[in-house]
Amino acid sequence: MGPVLSRLLAIDDRRFWLGFGAVGILLLAVVPSLNALPAGHALNVPDYAVTLLGKYLCYALLALSLDLVWGFAGVLSLGHGAFFALGGYAMGMYMMRSIGGRGVYGHATLPDFMVFLNWQELPWYWMGFDSFWFAAAMVVAVPAGLAFVVGWLAFRSRITGVYLSIITQAMTYALMLAFFRNEMGFGGNNGLTDFKELLGFDLSRPGVKLGLYTASAVMLGVAFLVCRFIVGSKLGRVLMAIRDAESRVRFLGYSATAVKLFAFVISAVLAGIAGALYVPQVGIINPSEFSPANSIEVAIWVAVGGRGTLLGPVLGAFAVNGAKTWLTGAAPELWLFALGGLFIVVTLLMPKGIVGLAAQARERLRGRPVPLIEEKRNA
Amino acid sequence: MLDDRPAQGSILYLDGVTVSFDGFKALNELSLIVAPGEMRTVIGPNGAGKTTMMDVITGKTRPDKGDVLFDGSVDLTRLDEAQIANLGIGRKFQKPTVFEMLTVAENLELALKCDRGTLATLFFMATSEQRDRVAAVLGTIGLRDRASLPAGRLSHGQKQWLEIGMLLMQDQRVLLLDEPVAGMTDAETEQTAELLLEIARDRSVVVVEHDMEFVRRLGARVTVLHEGSVLAEGPLETVQNDHRVIEVYLGR
Ligand SMILES: Nc1ncnc2c1ncn2[C@@H]1O[C@H](COP(=O)(O)OP(=O)(O)OP(=O)(O)O)[C@@H](O)[C@H]1O
Ligand SMILES: [Mg+2]
Repeated sequence: MGPVLSRLLAIDDRRFWLGFGAVGILLLAVVPSLNALPAGHALNVPDYAVTLLGKYLCYALLALSLDLVWGFAGVLSLGHGAFFALGGYAMGMYMMRSIGGRGVYGHATLPDFMVFLNWQELPWYWMGFDSFWFAAAMVVAVPAGLAFVVGWLAFRSRITGVYLSIITQAMTYALMLAFFRNEMGFGGNNGLTDFKELLGFDLSRPGVKLGLYTASAVMLGVAFLVCRFIVGSKLGRVLMAIRDAESRVRFLGYSATAVKLFAFVISAVLAGIAGALYVPQVGIINPSEFSPANSIEVAIWVAVGGRGTLLGPVLGAFAVNGAKTWLTGAAPELWLFALGGLFIVVTLLMPKGIVGLAAQARERLRGRPVPLIEEKRNA
Repeated sequence: MLDDRPAQGSILYLDGVTVSFDGFKALNELSLIVAPGEMRTVIGPNGAGKTTMMDVITGKTRPDKGDVLFDGSVDLTRLDEAQIANLGIGRKFQKPTVFEMLTVAENLELALKCDRGTLATLFFMATSEQRDRVAAVLGTIGLRDRASLPAGRLSHGQKQWLEIGMLLMQDQRVLLLDEPVAGMTDAETEQTAELLLEIARDRSVVVVEHDMEFVRRLGARVTVLHEGSVLAEGPLETVQNDHRVIEVYLGR
């Protein structure tokens, strides 16, 4: 593992580590310190802002996961919201079960909605979710399993481009309809909510919220390094080769099916983890998370930030969601128009997103022509 | 002469291969045998089926009927492109296809002969021999000073060479080259001919080409395709004097 570890750390890339370290300090030291300041203080970061940032970090992780398959392998999944929601439901099921007898109906094992539906016992697929580690394993395994099956069927039949996007939209839509049904046993329309604690920590306490925020920041950092390792490896170059000329890759002896499947499954796992971190912070998961529009929105974050770069999706998720938070406060009826307009502007005027614009500006300052290719490959 | 196991001892064996596209027969009962170590040139008018023949050998196109065997016994019609590539058959496309976003050296690295499994590729670290190999091939194809340039920036002729370099990296037993000198200058064509003759010393090479000067330079046995089947086969002089060949191809 020696050389692998050294490549994971890629110590020689000083600029990257300086940037990575600076963002890490900002998220893990500066924000918590400012949050600790007394409420009236000018620099105080209020608790609600910490949770809001935590949500954005989960969105950034989701965007990063989509970029791994879309930006690098050219597989535009418009169903990543489904992996996110499945991870969220798995975590939600654990938190429902840990409510125990403290629910409104006071039943020792059955969540409130099941008592309400007159169910007598826990469905088999809710077994095990009283254990955090079992739930954590499901957060990974369920999205991975779904991605494996859907990916295997689609990639093996060489379904690419818009057809693949449509299939993934259909996948998330079908799941949405299924989860809306009360008989499915996931709380139907209302989903899962009224969570009380996670691993014994009271979710209403500010310190626990800060902890969830911190976990999201750490997870995003880890995922970023994992993606950086994949993208920087020879497999990453095979992914980019598939994006540019898939059939040629096969003639070199690589199974494009297996390579894309690998990336798709890793990507789904990251999306699932993002969902699992998101749900305890917002306090609810319901079937609308599966809505096809949600998945499309994720693609917009990636496009705005700059696909095919690792930094792009993170920036895009923060920028678009920051704008959304602001605009839905100021003029909620305008948000959908703004999102649509943004997508058109980005597609037409900045095909490489914010990251591409920044690189372009830097080159302009130096008076050199814009390289069309190199910057796309750097994080 | 045909015995009861006609494929024995051949490296490529095609017999009665037919491919039709919407009723149009791109290959019509095509039969062709290439011996190990042999160099073969294939000529024929546009639409004769030369590229389709390569598609069939490399698993891109499944024939409607006919046998396609590698090494006397391996049925290529049951394998996919990646499996056939890993068996030892490499291909250069008519339209040069290199990975434009990757650098020249990275293109060669992807072609490198090694374990191409997904995890092996993820954890791949080039050994010093493998790096030397990339450097050597960069020298052979004359692109050493372009090594870290994105392949998309190369000229047409340089892309052709990069593709040949990728074939060298793969170290295949059979090379199929579809119009390798299209778009090259005379000097480049001559260099390519020398390179191919060098390469052909220890493997089988099938070259499709329209450039008769180049075909003459290679000095190999020639197969003439016409309307999906073999019209004539033999040394270039014989083929050139065949009146049917003159009629359909050379005399145009
Ligand atoms: N996928 C396809 N679908 C329909 N027709 C095809 C397809 N591929 C090839 N053909 C047709 O089959 C015939 C043989 O094509 P092929 O490309 O093999 O010719 P070629 O000998 O390589 O010609 P050229 O010298 O122009 O490269 C042509 O008429 C072509 O239009
Ligand atoms: Mg052709």
